[in-house]
Amino acid sequence: MSKKFIPGVISANDLREGHVVYMNDAGQWVLRLKDAAFLDDPVIADMWLDLANAQPEKVVGAYLAPATLGPDGPEPAHFREAFRASGPSIELPHNTLAGS
Amino acid sequence: MFQPSDFDRAAVRARAEQFRHQVARRLDGSLTEDEFKPLRLMNGLYLQLHAYMLRVAIPYGTIEARQMRQLAKIADAWDRGYGHFTTRQNIQFNWPKLIDVPDMIDALADVGMHAIQTSGNAIRNTTTDAFAGAAADEIADPRPYAELIRQWSTDHPEFQFLPRKFKIAINGAEADRAAIRAHDVGLQLVERDGEIGFQVFVGGGLGRTPMIGKEIRSFLPAVDLLPYLESIVAAWNLAGRRDNKYKARIKITVHELGIDTFSEMVEAEFPARRAAFKGADQAILADLKAQFAPPALPARESESFDTALNVDALLRDWAARSVSPHHNPDYGVVTVSLKDHGAPPGDATSDQMRLLADLAERYGQSELRISHEQNVILPHIAKADLPALFEALRKGGLATANIGLTSDIIACPGMDYCALATARSIPLAQQISTHFRDLGLEQEIGALKIKISGCINACGHHHLGHIGILGLDRAGVENYQITLGGDATETMALGERAGPGFAYTEVIPALERLLRAYLELRESATESFLDALRRLGPDPFKEALYAEAQRHAAQ
Repeated sequence: MSKKFIPGVISANDLREGHVVYMNDAGQWVLRLKDAAFLDDPVIADMWLDLANAQPEKVVGAYLAPATLGPDGPEPAHFREAFRASGPSIELPHNTLAGS
Repeated sequence: MFQPSDFDRAAVRARAEQFRHQVARRLDGSLTEDEFKPLRLMNGLYLQLHAYMLRVAIPYGTIEARQMRQLAKIADAWDRGYGHFTTRQNIQFNWPKLIDVPDMIDALADVGMHAIQTSGNAIRNTTTDAFAGAAADEIADPRPYAELIRQWSTDHPEFQFLPRKFKIAINGAEADRAAIRAHDVGLQLVERDGEIGFQVFVGGGLGRTPMIGKEIRSFLPAVDLLPYLESIVAAWNLAGRRDNKYKARIKITVHELGIDTFSEMVEAEFPARRAAFKGADQAILADLKAQFAPPALPARESESFDTALNVDALLRDWAARSVSPHHNPDYGVVTVSLKDHGAPPGDATSDQMRLLADLAERYGQSELRISHEQNVILPHIAKADLPALFEALRKGGLATANIGLTSDIIACPGMDYCALATARSIPLAQQISTHFRDLGLEQEIGALKIKISGCINACGHHHLGHIGILGLDRAGVENYQITLGGDATETMALGERAGPGFAYTEVIPALERLLRAYLELRESATESFLDALRRLGPDPFKEALYAEAQRHAAQ
């Protein structure tokens, strides 16, 4: 039995820096979940995932991250995706890296 | 003090150079991620939830002041100003960029450090007692043997593609401070008729199928250590399952075959392996023993320390928790807590690393250790220096007097960092530690080991916690199972699951009910939580944990 399709967004980690990225409507990689393209059609989602996986020079481990569509764009549909979108839930001892 | 040989330094440099080229080839597209991933894992580089993570080897948890200072420099230059010390006595940097990792590895090589075999299906860092070479109850220093194992296992051509990772722990003292029977192979140094040897355990481990190691040799002469270890790994390399990664660990092989059958396989392998060792290992061991010889510790009076204890209550509280007996009565073994109330367990800022390095140089023979309980040890501190050391630690925020107490929690990185995690660990540890301090119960509760894992792989050793907490994903919600009665010491036991899990916000009220029940149930203030649990059995503690649910069910 095929796995039930869950709507979501294409997410991955940036190859060079490792941070979480999302694919937007223009096929570009962006940092904010709410700027991602929301995919609720399984055929289109597969096509976008193929597009992501065809960019190994930019990202690692692309997958369809479960999301719902909120008033301001996609929102995480699972707590794991919420942490990926917003960073660790704890205060870091230091946070000195510029642009992090 | 042990120093790596020129051969070791050259090998580490060559590996760093090799990895620099591999990273460059990944970045220019010559290597795919599928090709690169095993290469980066062989060099301790993971891709986690939010970033890459570099796991740096600290062999048997022993580190010099200058190396600690270099870790601080790396944290500042290429990470976010801190590092995370792990239950495997390593350090992890949580935020490196791939493009910076070759520079980080070069910086490690500058001080003889590396990240080789901190990942992958190879023999990992051999862990040991963090008090090694100093403890009053030591039979023999395990570190020369651990270093011999490191030299034998590093890039061992036969053991680079094992069925799964392989972990060895070695303990040289009467008290087991290395949790040896929770490892693939556990080695206990023993003395028989004046001869040093090993009691050998095999097939222990935690994770989804926790098992306590079984004795395979009651006494292995020390001279046979490497050929016997090689026989064990070779037997498992042959018989270990590769069809299912969850069943590929040696504990499953030993369990499925039985210890007697597995022992026969090892013993069948052993004669030829022993014959192949021509004595070079013993020559190396003799050299290592000389390098690990105890430092010359000058006689020091300790009356000033005794006087200070009488007048300084803060020093007295700290010393009672943090100073352990040294084999030299003028000295103590100091455990520095990396578990300040509300802090992520095992994290140290670069400033704290530098302070620890400074203090090790000033007071402690430039030696530091990392404990499997995620604290830092200064192994040789003159009692006369303890008041000054305490004052310096206090100013640096490192004098929390909580070793062995409720807030001295082991916790894995959990879902705040780890790609494998199914729930968070660190914020729960932070809340537990502040909650019981704020209630004023921490000292009253006394000796207690709480261990938290954010997934079934059990990096937080939850099975071995007097109270273990396992974070899981239940239908998209964090859920925490409680185990009771685990023990990581020479009386090792696996905790038993108490019952249904708790939601994130329910865990601390449940623990408070549990620990208040313990305070009511214990025979005296000297009966620990674990002792009370063993005397009474789990039922009254389970009743306390689930009292709220039972109350709601009755309504």
